[in-house]
Amino acid sequence: MFQAIIASFQQKGPRLFHAALGPKRKGAVHMAAKAAGEKLSKKEILVSTWRRIARNWGLYLLLLPAVVLLFMFTYIPMYGIQIAFKDFTPKAGIGGSPWVGFEHFQTFFNSFQVKSLFTNTISLSLYSLIAGFPFPIFLALAMNQIRVKRFKQTLQVATYLPHFISTVVMVGMLLVWLSPSSGLYGNLAKLFGVQEPPNILGMAGAFQSIYVWSDVWQHAGWDSIIYIAALAAVDPSLYEAATVDGAGKWQKIKYIDIPFLLPTAVILLIMRAGNIMNVGFEKVYLMQNPLNTMVSEIIATYVYKIGIISNQYSLSAAVGLFNNVINFVLLLLVNQASKKMGETSLF
Amino acid sequence: MASLGSIKRQVTWNDLIFNIILYGMSIIILLIVIYPLYFIVIASFSNPTEVANGKVWFVPSQFTVDGYKEIMRHSELWTGYRNTIVYTVLGTVIGLAVNIPAAYALSRRDLVGRKLITFFFIFTMFFNGGLIPTYFTIRDFGLYDTFWVMVLPFSVAVYHIIIARTFFDSSLPQGILDAAQIDGCGNLRFFFQIALPLSKAVLAVIALYTAVSQWNAYFNALVYIRNEDLKPLQLVIRNILITNQAMAGTGDGLAAQEARRLSELMKYAVIIISTVPIMCVYPFVQKYFSQGVMIGAIKG
Repeated sequence: MFQAIIASFQQKGPRLFHAALGPKRKGAVHMAAKAAGEKLSKKEILVSTWRRIARNWGLYLLLLPAVVLLFMFTYIPMYGIQIAFKDFTPKAGIGGSPWVGFEHFQTFFNSFQVKSLFTNTISLSLYSLIAGFPFPIFLALAMNQIRVKRFKQTLQVATYLPHFISTVVMVGMLLVWLSPSSGLYGNLAKLFGVQEPPNILGMAGAFQSIYVWSDVWQHAGWDSIIYIAALAAVDPSLYEAATVDGAGKWQKIKYIDIPFLLPTAVILLIMRAGNIMNVGFEKVYLMQNPLNTMVSEIIATYVYKIGIISNQYSLSAAVGLFNNVINFVLLLLVNQASKKMGETSLF
Repeated sequence: MASLGSIKRQVTWNDLIFNIILYGMSIIILLIVIYPLYFIVIASFSNPTEVANGKVWFVPSQFTVDGYKEIMRHSELWTGYRNTIVYTVLGTVIGLAVNIPAAYALSRRDLVGRKLITFFFIFTMFFNGGLIPTYFTIRDFGLYDTFWVMVLPFSVAVYHIIIARTFFDSSLPQGILDAAQIDGCGNLRFFFQIALPLSKAVLAVIALYTAVSQWNAYFNALVYIRNEDLKPLQLVIRNILITNQAMAGTGDGLAAQEARRLSELMKYAVIIISTVPIMCVYPFVQKYFSQGVMIGAIKG
């Protein structure tokens, strides 16, 4: 099934969204009428449409649970977005709370934290994006070249495994490995004669690097799957032709593999660039400690803390809404930009 | 023209260097990935003082199961374990029941309103109400601090639906549907008796994804669960691994030091027992998973 996803990425021009939908299929009456050159009256179109709906009642039943759940727990909360524009108290409810317009947004932008929140969120995101981008590709290219089957399988299983580790356990492992006194880091340092290695877990400067590189360690293998699947779709005759032309392995990678992966890579890059303001809450929250707060406080953790913990519901809703809107706009912008550049786009 | 297979290529210097670098790098990658995990395994069986002194590198030193014994004594860990198992099994069943049928319905080209419904789903990937509005919605529906909040409200995973829909799109030939419809087979019957049995690969993949995300679930529990009896494993071990609340050993006395050492050891053991189950499930499902990728490859 990954092949189908890849195939739709690979087509230059057609947009992913529409390509995925496929051609339309109208009812038999419609088709017959069109073939006969007749113009259907509005009523006939309406009737044939309802007939098709009624005939496929089973499909709508299959859709029902998902639609209902999504409506209840993702669309209904959108009504609660108003909380950001009111002075909300749970007692008064949404209806009973007074309107305050953009007051909370102003509070947020005037707060002393706003600058560091933005800096931390964006820099962490960019760092993550740039560092994490090449490794899955690199891994896929390498795995594609390994001919010893056993070794390849071992490597695959090994690199996929860390992906399944939960965030809590991952951060717990980080704390354990990087402990200056009893962890791997501490032991390695002592091996090299450094008796009192610096406590990198407490160093604000190291926070982002630890976050990013542990992410790469954990997910590069899994992320490479989509590239491996793409590479498996390369026409073998391309390689044969290259061999005849005298290409060595380096050159095959450079002139066949990499260009083939490019469309997929671009799409994934677009999707991740659109998510720049959306740094995940979980891992950052777990990695925070009093020593690194100035670097580790991002928008998502701020929203959680002032909202759920300090109960400043309206302020939290305002910041959260602001973040969501920016995300949405960014994604649209990035998508537009990539369409202009002639590459495949998301929709 | 002779087939290319019969042309003997000379092993060039370039290729040899390439292979050396390739396999060398791969071995280094393998070590970087495996060794830290291996270290935790052996450290969980070693005397914590030995670990702290840097004596543990490749095998456990002064083998001990004290860490695991200590775990046995913490009943909240067992509650968490039990809860997570229930959440995972139930969550996976519900996830499959909700997402797969929707994916199938969306893959049918003759579904009226298909574009609109697809947009309905995909829009939620880019925009939602936000933390606070969702929090209050959950409260208003009476799901706050209940067992159901972990398995029902957020069970729709649009990402999974897209994957499954692509699978149905590319792997169910239109011909089967046409033939069945000629024979008078209804949609529901087709789905349950024909489409599903043919979709074992995608069922396995979605089940795996859902199970893993349920097992590792932590944020929803953090926000929506207060009752100690309902807390999943990840929330419990967060206290042990990160906020250090399990064994507060302050002071410099020998007993306090001993307590601190034991809590260090317990951390390793906790990591192992909370991650091993998922890691064990993976090899079994990998069979279906690689099949799924292969099916896609042939179709593509």
